[in-house]
Amino acid sequence: MISLRYFAGLREQTGVSEEQVDMAGQTVEDLWQWATEKYPDFLSGAARVAVNEEYALPTDILETGDVVAFIPPVSGG
Amino acid sequence: MKAFEIVTEAINPQVYADYVLRPEAGAVTLFTGHVREWTKGVRTLHLSYEAYIPMAEKKLTQIGEEIEQRWEGTKVAIAHRIGELQISDIAVVIAVSSPHRKTAYEANEYAIERIKEIVPIWKKEIWEDGEEWIGDQKKKPEGGLT
Repeated sequence: MISLRYFAGLREQTGVSEEQVDMAGQTVEDLWQWATEKYPDFLSGAARVAVNEEYALPTDILETGDVVAFIPPVSGG
Repeated sequence: MKAFEIVTEAINPQVYADYVLRPEAGAVTLFTGHVREWTKGVRTLHLSYEAYIPMAEKKLTQIGEEIEQRWEGTKVAIAHRIGELQISDIAVVIAVSSPHRKTAYEANEYAIERIKEIVPIWKKEIWEDGEEWIGDQKKKPEGGLT
């Protein structure tokens, strides 16, 4: 299983901060597609994905136990 | 304290300035970012910050490493507060020491720019008539999916 985490505006859109999906072996892009189908209001343009606390590429392949975070545009400072 | 940390209590900037001070340092720049009441004519009542804490601390550490590589002889400490902050509270502190002042100024500004690009922290402005998560859209960042 893959653990998903949502933050800030994305968390408010999903209504949950965490969930699990069975997508080991699929890519970050596949996961992105899954998320935008499940949550039509997802900001598809601006968010990034982090796998195990590092920004990931769309082609990166997910492995069992990965923690994936959807990172909306950051606004620290 | 840690040199690169997310905190939930009020920030004492002196702690971070003291941390970077060394005998080799002729300059320390100490930047504090504060909660601003007015932004483009809209009055903020207070702010709420959220972070992906382990990744945020990792990215703050990365910024420190970038600075120490780019400007030899610098030492850096950064803290960002999360939770509910009131007007004028310190949201972020950046301390940089270096042998000479020019480097300390440049490296300090570099740190705040990088924070706004790569550190997973989000600010929600709460106004009299609503609230909104603020997203800095200025750059296409590393690892972007678009």
